[in-house]
Parts: sequence; C-alpha cells; structure tokens
Amino acid sequence: MAEIVLRDIEKYFGDVYVIRKLNLTIKHGEFVVLLGPSGCGKTTTLRAIAGLEDITAGDILIDGKPVQQLVPGDRDIAFVFQLFALYPHLTAHDNIAFPLRATRERPEEVTAKVAAVAKSLQIEHLMSKRPSSLSGGDMQRVAIGRALVRRPKAMLMDEPIGALDAKLREEMRVELKRLHVENHSTTIYVTHDQVEAMALADRVAIMNEGVLQQVGTPDEVYNNPANLFVAQFVGSPVMNIVPARLSSLRGKASLALGTAVSGFDVPTDFAQQIERAGGDPGAVLLGIRPEGVVLTDGKAKTGLSATVQLIEPLGSHDIVDLDFGGTVLRARTASGRLANIGDKVSATLDSAHIRLFDPQSSNSFQVEFGNGAD
Amino acid sequence: MAQIELKEVTKHFGANVALNGLSLNVADGEFFVLLGPTGAGKTTTLRTIAGLEKPTSGDVLIAGEDVRDQTAAERDVALVFQYYSLYPRYTVRDNLAFPLRSSIRRMADDEIASRIAWASKLLRIEHLLDRKTDRLSGGEMQRVSIGRAIVREPRAFLMDEPLSNLDAKLREALRGELKNLQKRLKSTFLFVTHDQIEALSMGDRIGVMLNGTVMQVGTPNEIYSRPNSIFVAGFVGTPSMSFIPAEVMGGQLSVLGRKLNVNLAKGMTQVRAQIGLRAEDVVIGEKLHHSGVIHEVENFGVEKIVTLRWADHLIRAALPASVSTPVGDKVTFDFRPGKVHCFDATSGRRINAEG
Repeated sequence: MAEIVLRDIEKYFGDVYVIRKLNLTIKHGEFVVLLGPSGCGKTTTLRAIAGLEDITAGDILIDGKPVQQLVPGDRDIAFVFQLFALYPHLTAHDNIAFPLRATRERPEEVTAKVAAVAKSLQIEHLMSKRPSSLSGGDMQRVAIGRALVRRPKAMLMDEPIGALDAKLREEMRVELKRLHVENHSTTIYVTHDQVEAMALADRVAIMNEGVLQQVGTPDEVYNNPANLFVAQFVGSPVMNIVPARLSSLRGKASLALGTAVSGFDVPTDFAQQIERAGGDPGAVLLGIRPEGVVLTDGKAKTGLSATVQLIEPLGSHDIVDLDFGGTVLRARTASGRLANIGDKVSATLDSAHIRLFDPQSSNSFQVEFGNGAD
Repeated sequence: MAQIELKEVTKHFGANVALNGLSLNVADGEFFVLLGPTGAGKTTTLRTIAGLEKPTSGDVLIAGEDVRDQTAAERDVALVFQYYSLYPRYTVRDNLAFPLRSSIRRMADDEIASRIAWASKLLRIEHLLDRKTDRLSGGEMQRVSIGRAIVREPRAFLMDEPLSNLDAKLREALRGELKNLQKRLKSTFLFVTHDQIEALSMGDRIGVMLNGTVMQVGTPNEIYSRPNSIFVAGFVGTPSMSFIPAEVMGGQLSVLGRKLNVNLAKGMTQVRAQIGLRAEDVVIGEKLHHSGVIHEVENFGVEKIVTLRWADHLIRAALPASVSTPVGDKVTFDFRPGKVHCFDATSGRRINAEG
C-alpha cells in the first residue's frame, strides 16, 4: 500500500519537452490507468516513478517522502513490462522466487510465498516449467507473479498484456482486476488501449503530448470528456463531433447541424449555459456518442429526417451512418433494425447525451441537461 | 470484375501444411472477408490467388479461368498490403502514375491524368497529389496505396490487413471508406484480417479460417448468430462467448444438473456438450431461474460487462452502464429463449436444431 504523488513533474529529453507540469495523486490501493497515444509521455512518467528515469523538475512522493534520490531498488516498487523479462534458464518457480533471494528469507518461507502467488494466478501446474515451454499468457502470469511475490508497496505496469492476442487479453484483463481486488496494491498501469483503460481503472488519467488532459472514473471520462481530445480518444466507435448552431424561436430552442436550417429540439437553457461559459451559441461543436442518436418511428413530430449511408453490423448491435443533409452522425441501433442503404429514417438526439465544445479552445462547455431553469 | 474460385487448394512449405484442401468461392462484386488467427493460412491464400505462391495441389480460377500458368501480372488483380509500399522520394501523383506507365500498358498521358484525377477524387487525396509520400500521415499513405491499386482498374482487389497499422480512430474511419469504395467500384474485394470487428462490419460474407481450411462461410449475421463450431463461436464477438460444460441425456440438455429447454438437432440423444452464451443474451433480474455471484465488473461506458460466477464457471452478461452491480453481490439470471448455443464437446460442432 502506498500513496504516490506527482507534483509539477517536467521532463526534457534534450530539447524535447515530454512531460509538461504533471500533477497527479494516486491514492492507497487505487488502480490508475495512464492512457494516451504513443509518444504522449505515459511510459516516461511510469519510468520516472520507478526510478528508471530522472526528472528535470518537480517532486515524486511515495507515502509523503520524496524519492528522487532513491535508486529503483529502494523505492519498493515492482515493475511489469510488455515483454516478459524472465530468466530463460530458471523454472517458473525459480523465476518467481528470484526477487526473494536478496531478502535472506528461509527456504520454506520462500516456497510458501511462491505457492501463494502461484495459486492466486492459477499457475501452480506450471511451476516446474521453463519459460520457453510456456505460452505468452502464462509467461506474463509468471512475470506478474514475480512482481507480486515481494508484496511491493506499488505495482507499475507498462502495457503488460499488449503483446497478447485479443482473446487472451480479455481473459488477462479480468484476472488483473481480480488480483488487484484481492491484493489491493496501489497500481499504475500504462496503455494506449482505451478498452483496457475503461475495463480496469478506478480512475483513468488521459495524456496527450506530455500534458494531462483529464483524470476521472471511467464513467466521467466517457460521459463528460473535458475536451475534444478525450472525447475522441475514449469510446469506440468514436464520439461524433460536428459543427452545430443553437438558436431559439418562440420559446423553443433548437440545435442545427452544420449550415442546416432546421434542428433538433433541445432544452432552452443550453444557450444560456454556453453564454455563461463565455461561448457563442451560434458556433459550437456538438459531441454525441452513437447511443445518443436515437431513431424515432417517424410518426412522432420530433426528429429530423436522414438517409442511411452505411451499415456496420457488429453482432450485438449495428453502427449506422446517418446523413442529415450533409452532416453525418453515427448511431447505435439494434441488430438488423435498418437493412438498406439509401433508406430514409427519422432520428433525434437524446438531450442527456448532448455535449457541447468550444471550437476555439476545444474544451467542453460542461453544458448539463437539467441544469438550471428550463 | 471477377469471380474467384479455389478448389481443394493445398500448399506445403516443407513439412508445414499452410493450406489444407481449401475450397472457396468469392462472387463477382462481393466484399469477402477471410477472418482467422495468425497462422490460419489467410495470407497464403491471398498470395496464392495473386500468383505469388504456387499451390502444391488444387486449382485457382479467376473469372472462370484456370490461372495456373499465368504470372502475377497477367492475373490482373491488385494487392494492398499492411505496410504501404510507396516510393518515398516521389510525389503522390508519381506514385499513382507508376503502375500505368508500365510497358505492358502503354497508356496515353491524358488517360493516365484522367485516371489519377478519378482515383484521387474517390479517395479524397486530390489536395495531396503534389506532396512527397514521406510527408504523409499513415492514413494518407494507406489511401495512396489503395489509389495505386485502383488506378489500374484490376479485376479484383486482394487486401492483406491494410488497416492494422493504423491507430484505432483512423481504422474506424477507413473501415467505412473502404466499404463505400467497394460499393461504388462494384468490384470484387477479398480482404484478410484477424480482427473480427473489421470482418463483421465490412464483409458481405465472411470465411472463418483455421489451420489452412475454412471452418464456416456466411453473412456477418449468420456467423454471429449461428456459429457452426466452438471455434467460430469463440473467435467472433466481443466480449467472447462464455462456454459452460453440459450434457445431453435422452435428448434433454442439462447444465450443472439443471434442465434447459433447447431445440437440439435430431439424433442428439446422448452426448457431452458445451453451451455457449453471448453476453447480451444473459439477462440479470429478479427471481430468475439461476443464481450466481458478481465476480467482476468492467465498465465500457455505453454498457457494463459483468462476469458472474455460476457454481465453478464464469459467465459474462451485458448490462446498461447505469445499473449498480457491486462485486460479491448475489444475483439471479436467465438466458434469452432461443439464444443458447449448443456444441458437441468432442467434435466442437453445433448441435442446435435450426428453425
């Protein structure tokens, strides 16, 4: 158990400014995922916490104590890499036991500790095998076992399942989360895969170009992205982002896409919320996830007409491109609900799903449905 | 425009059997996806059709014609690879013109110009024509590679994981673009991937491959809703299908000692079985037939995937993200009628009666 605090961390590689004033607190027992595209600085951050990389400025505190002067071995942190760094000539058992050699524990104690770790990872039957005869998933289990056996204060993981195939990744994800629930060790986990981040994290910290973009629970970053980068990095399919315009007429507010004349009905206070945030309701970016674009049966007066442009069946549901007079929004529909390209349908936006962004700053206006007098 | 047919094609690399009596029929103008894990023989199949590999035995027919004695160039099919092979020091325009300047074609300059104009408009790369290819993003490079394939107006397009080097967002965008392109060109596309989402979303039909043979051919809906084997069932769909051991006695299926009403194929009286369940077909609610404990919850924003522990087995269920599901809670659940997939545990074959 450990609390890790990153305070104003900066890192230069030569002239390249890779981490820019990063502030983040990881609580005791928390599972935090650093998520971002390659080159965003997430691995450098992790390596700095482990002591494998010096920082140019700022403080790293573990349980309140600055650790910059401590070598990696003294920080009591375990590190798991994407590529399993196992000793090829040692059995799985000896690989897991290896970090305990330095602790001068009695052999029976070592054996008991290794057995306990092997049991929790369900690799007891592999203990006498060498890495060369293990599958990729089992090798990574052994590598994780080796990290866990010391009962470190914190676990740092750098894309630990990135090299495995899709199905194994899905299984290992569930295992990693269960291990965390059992051991409750503070964990920082780096990945570029938003699905992994959503599935595993207590909180997700999203980075881009060395700058922390948003920290929040999976729900928060998915439903209330702070800016366009987060909105489009989290979630698959990607959130629809299109230019839009709010207007009101005779007490009714509407949101028109692009240069269209008619728009979707929206709550009347959206425009006021944007003005209060210093924005121009006449020129915003609409962000809406495919599940927020809802087909109406056509009889209801709400909704705009659209043409089906593309249907992507995904098994459990379809993703359909709907063309609203030149602006395309992707909608999530029941499997087979729409069958023909070119069909005319009527659709509306679920107001609770509407997110509005500032085209200048790319930040969210944080407009909320049901916030304020409507 | 061409139909592609493979008859009993076998390909050995030394002692390795890459293709094992593979038969396949891709219709003219069809978007056909070959889906399978690494090593299934997908790429070898493409290379055999393109004329880059010679089959050990069996026939390859393009537009009804045996192409055994034709060189790769004579077959007039275009290959697009995962890694874009563009000439880095040349402009996009030069890269597109290159295949047309070949001596076998002897194409007039104004014809070359008009084909480049047509292809670059179709792929929305008109603004890039005078740029050198080393100044392009990954997505732009892959569009130029595809452009280089389409300017030739080949009879068919063979694509080997053309999207897998791109980042997730771009992959999603190009998926739709490629499918639109195929609809407009109305030409035959044979597309290889290991990504089941690409296969489901793009294919008119999908051929699922394993160990050098095709396990099942069908529309995305058929493959997803009526997988013919445990392998296909487990390979297609995310999260992957949950499997639970079961048995058939006297024509009655039972799981963990409980009877389940499933319509089994005729003659299935006694067999060791496995049932397969998709997450969206497991319903959690009050006072339902089965009870389990919440083992794990994964929140994906639009929905949650809840892993339930049912006796000694794990089973996944999809729930709206708004439902509260604390780990360790006891819940009851049931399966959507008609959505329980049954397989023979030994052969892996589907044993549901299809209605």
